[in-house]
Amino acid sequence: MLHISCPWCGPRAETEFRYGGEAHIARPQKPDELDDQQWADFLFMRTNTKGAFAERWYHSHGCRQWFNVIRNTVSHQILAVYKTDEKRPDFPIKGGV
Amino acid sequence: MTKYSIFTIARNALTGHKNWPRQWRSPEPAKDYEVIIVGGGGHGLATAYYLAKEHGVRNIAVLEKGWFGGGNTARNTTIVRSNYLWDESAAIYEKSLQLWEGLSQDINYNVMLSQRGVLNLAHSLGDVREGVRRVNANRLNGVDAEWLDAEAVKEFCPIINISKDARHPVLGATLQRRGGVARHDSVAWGFARAADSLGVDIIQNCEVTGIHQENGRVVGVETTKGTIKSKKIGLVAAGHSSVLAQMAGVRLPIDSHPLQALVSEPIKPVIDCVVMSGAVHVYVSQSDKGELVMGAGIDSYNSYAQRGSFHVIEHQLGACLELFPIFSRVRMMRSWGGIVDTCPDASPIIGKTPVEGLYVNAGWGTGGFKATPGSGWCFAHTLATEQPHPLNAPFSLDRFTTGALIDEHGAAGVAH
Ligand SMILES: Cc1cc2nc3c(=O)[nH]c(=O)nc-3n(C[C@H](O)[C@H](O)[C@H](O)COP(=O)(O)OP(=O)(O)OC[C@H]3O[C@@H](n4cnc5c(N)ncnc54)[C@H](O)[C@@H]3O)c2cc1C
Ligand SMILES: [Zn+2]
Repeated sequence: MLHISCPWCGPRAETEFRYGGEAHIARPQKPDELDDQQWADFLFMRTNTKGAFAERWYHSHGCRQWFNVIRNTVSHQILAVYKTDEKRPDFPIKGGV
Repeated sequence: MTKYSIFTIARNALTGHKNWPRQWRSPEPAKDYEVIIVGGGGHGLATAYYLAKEHGVRNIAVLEKGWFGGGNTARNTTIVRSNYLWDESAAIYEKSLQLWEGLSQDINYNVMLSQRGVLNLAHSLGDVREGVRRVNANRLNGVDAEWLDAEAVKEFCPIINISKDARHPVLGATLQRRGGVARHDSVAWGFARAADSLGVDIIQNCEVTGIHQENGRVVGVETTKGTIKSKKIGLVAAGHSSVLAQMAGVRLPIDSHPLQALVSEPIKPVIDCVVMSGAVHVYVSQSDKGELVMGAGIDSYNSYAQRGSFHVIEHQLGACLELFPIFSRVRMMRSWGGIVDTCPDASPIIGKTPVEGLYVNAGWGTGGFKATPGSGWCFAHTLATEQPHPLNAPFSLDRFTTGALIDEHGAAGVAH
């Protein structure tokens, strides 16, 4: 089980959280101007990184806040936790860390 | 290839079984192939076999980064069935089940298909309605299906607890009698041997690390054994589909998750069918050795680690003991994980990519073992003719653009 540090509540067990998938998928600014391909990219296409991956977590059984985590999807090591309005810290995207 | 039969067994018995020939060659890669299949799991090996057998393509390499059949093929709980809801899914899974039914003869290898019947339990009124609807849909598609009420479930599987005060009471179940289990390793080995005998090069310890393109079409792959050329490449890498597609700049609608399974110590025969419950993430059957084979759910997060969390197993075993109180003293022996490639609509992708010459067979998620022969058969057709077969045409990558999704969450669940 992961041990995740909520930016508001501190370290808690994974079972207190819900997973929100890939982070930084920006909502389209002008949805009415998107073609089908762009909608498909936004709705369905994912990076699914092997290595340092930016993802969203929700502290559903705690403060009920969303935040972002960078986690190595091979070792499961958590590399960074940051709030949704903060910039993604730099970690190489590829090849594990 | 030595044909396996009772006579070859008898003949080899006379020499103490010391002279069996190797089942396949271990060639070094050639410089150039007509088709390269990336991924030597069941699906990749089946693809190579049907390409050679049905389409006469002989100049094929299957490249496997580890040993073949060491991925999800070796890690799954081997449930085989075809009772999916939608017409498109019923057609392709039923084609697969029909191929299963003749497979041991076809590839001259005992895949130990055991059609012992698969129950999918219903625990709520919603489950009951979904189950009855699926039985009707299956019958309209020529797939055998029955609805059992709780008493009939108990009769079919006497050790199941149908008491009304159970946390997840059993209200009924769908039954597919032609469903069952098969022996996972035999499927990989049997397809490998059959493909090898038709001239296919199966190359192990050969990881694909890059995909070469010229003018928007593929021309070969970079591997740990050097560059290998080909104008047709099929990616069949299960959990690593996104990683390989990215080498060619293609994005897929796939997330990779760990899925776990576990087995108990061997016990006397106690359950002679397969019981599945999508709602509580339990599926169980008993192996020929007597072990209870059980599957758990997926971990919520993306991962490539081939291991999952203990709380997922705890959750599945809690629900399992409610259903089967008789298992409460059984000790579990081993647990493991595999990486499954899940699509948003719980259906696979079999077809072309935007890069010419690059094809993908992926997204089988938690339930692709049952599809192994059918998937290989369709993908072989697609690679040989450069057009999808009508069976896999609906499972194209561009359904995510057109919106024609095939939502099988009900029939696939986390289970299969
Ligand atoms: C615990 C568990 C239980 C399951 N239970 C069932 C079930 O009961 N019924 C069912 O129908 N399905 C089940 N499944 C799903 C099923 O196992 C998969 O859908 C199916 O096996 C995937 O196809 P495959 O056999 O070709 O995959 P794999 O056997 O995983 O083959 C993919 C191969 O690609 C190779 N590869 C990856 N990257 C590269 C590279 N860069 N270069 C070369 N090779 C590469 C891998 O090493 C691997 O051998 C289960 C899965 C798991 C994990
Ligand atoms: Zn919190």
